[in-house]
Amino acid sequence: MLARIATFAIDGIDPRPVWVEVDIRAGLPTFTIVGLADAAVRESRERIRSAILNSGFEFPQKRITANLAPASLPKVGPGFDAALAVGVLAASGQVPVDALADYAVFGELSLGGELRDSPGALAVAEGAQRAGLRRLIVPRERAREAALVAGLEVAGVPSLPAAAAVVRLGRVPPLPAEAAHRTADRRAPDLADVRGQAAPLVALQIAAAGAHNLLLEGPPGTGKTMLARRLPSILPEMTRAEAIAVTRIHSVAGLHADGLITARPFRAPHHTISPAGLVGGGVPPRPGEASLAHHGVLFLDELSEFQRSSLDALRQPLEDGRVTIVRGQRALIFPTGFMLVAATNPCPCGFAGVGDRCECAEADLRRHRRRLSGPLLDRMDLLVNVERPSEHELRSPPGIDSARARARVAEARERQRARHRGAERRCNGELDPRQVRRYVRMRPEAEMVLARAYATGTLSARGRHRIVRVARTIADLEHHDQIESSDVLTALSLRQRGASEVAAAA
Amino acid sequence: MTAPTDQRSCERCLARSWLLGRLAGHLDVVRGRIDAVLGFADGELVAAVAGAQRREIERELAAVDPVAARQRARAAGIETICRCDRGYPAPLRDLRNPPAVLHVAGGLDRFLTLVAADPVAIVGARKASPYGLDVARALGRGLAGAGVAVISGMALGADSAAHSGALDAGQATVAVLPGAADRPYPARRRSLYARIVATGAAVSELPPGASARRWMFPARNRIIAGLAAMTVVVEAGRRSGALLTAAHAQAAGREVGAVPGRVTAPQAAGTNELLARGAQVVRGPQDVLDRLFGAGVRAATREPRSELSGELRALLSAIADGADTAAAMARAGVPAERGLAALASLELGGHVTRGAGGRFRIVP
Repeated sequence: MLARIATFAIDGIDPRPVWVEVDIRAGLPTFTIVGLADAAVRESRERIRSAILNSGFEFPQKRITANLAPASLPKVGPGFDAALAVGVLAASGQVPVDALADYAVFGELSLGGELRDSPGALAVAEGAQRAGLRRLIVPRERAREAALVAGLEVAGVPSLPAAAAVVRLGRVPPLPAEAAHRTADRRAPDLADVRGQAAPLVALQIAAAGAHNLLLEGPPGTGKTMLARRLPSILPEMTRAEAIAVTRIHSVAGLHADGLITARPFRAPHHTISPAGLVGGGVPPRPGEASLAHHGVLFLDELSEFQRSSLDALRQPLEDGRVTIVRGQRALIFPTGFMLVAATNPCPCGFAGVGDRCECAEADLRRHRRRLSGPLLDRMDLLVNVERPSEHELRSPPGIDSARARARVAEARERQRARHRGAERRCNGELDPRQVRRYVRMRPEAEMVLARAYATGTLSARGRHRIVRVARTIADLEHHDQIESSDVLTALSLRQRGASEVAAAA
Repeated sequence: MTAPTDQRSCERCLARSWLLGRLAGHLDVVRGRIDAVLGFADGELVAAVAGAQRREIERELAAVDPVAARQRARAAGIETICRCDRGYPAPLRDLRNPPAVLHVAGGLDRFLTLVAADPVAIVGARKASPYGLDVARALGRGLAGAGVAVISGMALGADSAAHSGALDAGQATVAVLPGAADRPYPARRRSLYARIVATGAAVSELPPGASARRWMFPARNRIIAGLAAMTVVVEAGRRSGALLTAAHAQAAGREVGAVPGRVTAPQAAGTNELLARGAQVVRGPQDVLDRLFGAGVRAATREPRSELSGELRALLSAIADGADTAAAMARAGVPAERGLAALASLELGGHVTRGAGGRFRIVP
């Protein structure tokens, strides 16, 4: 008898429909899987046989052929187990074949017949909905995540018999309750924890409001990482579409267990990370840190310690908001819409500008700068120096809390949205020079300040463009319709200082 | 042969300068003081350092074509003047072994005018501290602003800072290079070189195309000392080349000044030593001007600066006292949103500058 059931392969982070066909004929007992399956899929024969037997079903002593169609798509991983097992049960008459038409099945089996937690359920659910299927069977742990997709009945089942029962009876069990540990959500880091750091707090709000990438520079232990960790808390809350996109990526990467991710991601990879780890890659291609930080913050601590190749790999993701990975004949696209925050010591010893503690010579400073400079630094609109808070500041009340900052940021973003109506990119940090000319208006006094900075050689042409974008965001935060001179001045004090300028000043 | 009037270097001197370029590699292995070796006559010099190549080099020396040498210089944009010319800078003749030919990029007349009026050399360590760089820059700016030509060696660190100070004041400055005058050395100072040559001059003892070698640095230092009416050492370690410049200046009977440094700082060991041995204390441009022209004769001008509001003045004085950025804003009672803008306007006005680690410093 022939049975046919739908499941999904995860290609990058996208679901691709796969039809599992199982045919059982009289003949010597064999079990063959065809259709470009990798080792993990071929191994599933043993798991399926044990799982079926241990679940109290009968494993047909006949010639079993399973085909995974389309044959051209490489199938990777153990997520096809459940579909194959249900297919075998249907082809051997232990589950009604006709009922299978509505279902997609996804999950890995244990030898005992349990459905194991398998990453990527949300992507599979989206695929099922797109393929017009009505019902999806997933491991119980993944049910809440898969149920985020509307118009789909999701059955979270603990085992193969339970899955068979769903198909046989056509009854979908209720979703499991939200896991207890999630309700006792740990308090997210808040700006109210920060003492002192007046300038960095201003810079963080500007960065959040205009989606400007930010470089924090300061001696070790002054709070660069602490500040960066608090950036997600002042970004506007994610829309449902954004949250689903984030959940899907984290689910595929196997990093997320239950339900919808609502907090913006904060990823802080260690500086030894490889280019593939940062932007995605490997076989099969997996999303990298840049994609895991989609709609959130990617934090690169000790920027100068990162491999040059890793930082160069970040170029396309920063520029385009996505990364294309080509493997064999296929090109995969991972979204990478993150904000970049980087931190660095001001010099190799870390103590430049702290009294006389710095022992670096000009040549050392230059080398340090050169390690930092390059295309990545070009994308950093803001540089703020983080200083050690004074004893007095440590004892004084916090400058601002995250809720208030988030409200300011949201308001500034709203102003940008209104102004950039019709443009594809919505934030000031994403404007190109043409769009700046189109959307940004400046008061004459502000023009004069800018002209003076340019004339004294303080700014390069590119630097000038960055200043205008940042000044526009500051004006948005300050409710100015046109950029005022104070906005330009604030932007100037948070500008990137080029290598030549640093050398001249040093 | 009668030389046309625009040719201010004679055949013998040009041959001498060719020889130095030819022997550049050989001179590098000379031990002891290079200026003594440079005093040898051509034949002695070849005999002393050429070794196995002696015959070959002697033959080449006899065949040096001054016309071609002049052409090469002209092609490189270099003008030359030799010690046989009446216009050769007189102070250089006080040196034990003045350079045979000066190769000048940027204009010979301009160079001669600049060095004719009591120029001052500002020299110092490559690995100067931020303090040393600040002082070198301020001295360069102050002296150039008072109409004194600044001479230095365009080396990294203090030398470059002195040149840029002079250029900041809108004045011409003279760089004496170790290698050829048409080759910026160090190459990293290319843009500074271009700025120097645009209004001032770059000078070298060596013919165009010669690349810098170790022996040329002490040789260059003697030219700096020889050209300057006073040599000021900004910062120098115990074995710094700047001390050699000071020694040459002393030997040539010139004033030597030094900027006092922290007694614990290695970069100041040499300068403090100079002061201990009686060098003129240099706290700023005025000290140099007083020493050169007599107390109070010429005054270092303060550049006109924009008037400051009360808030900016408070910020400025907090920074002058060494407060961190945030502390300065707190002391001046300026909230961060306004404070950042205020600091930027102080920076634009030339009152403060940002040093290592983004820290604001007063512009002296």
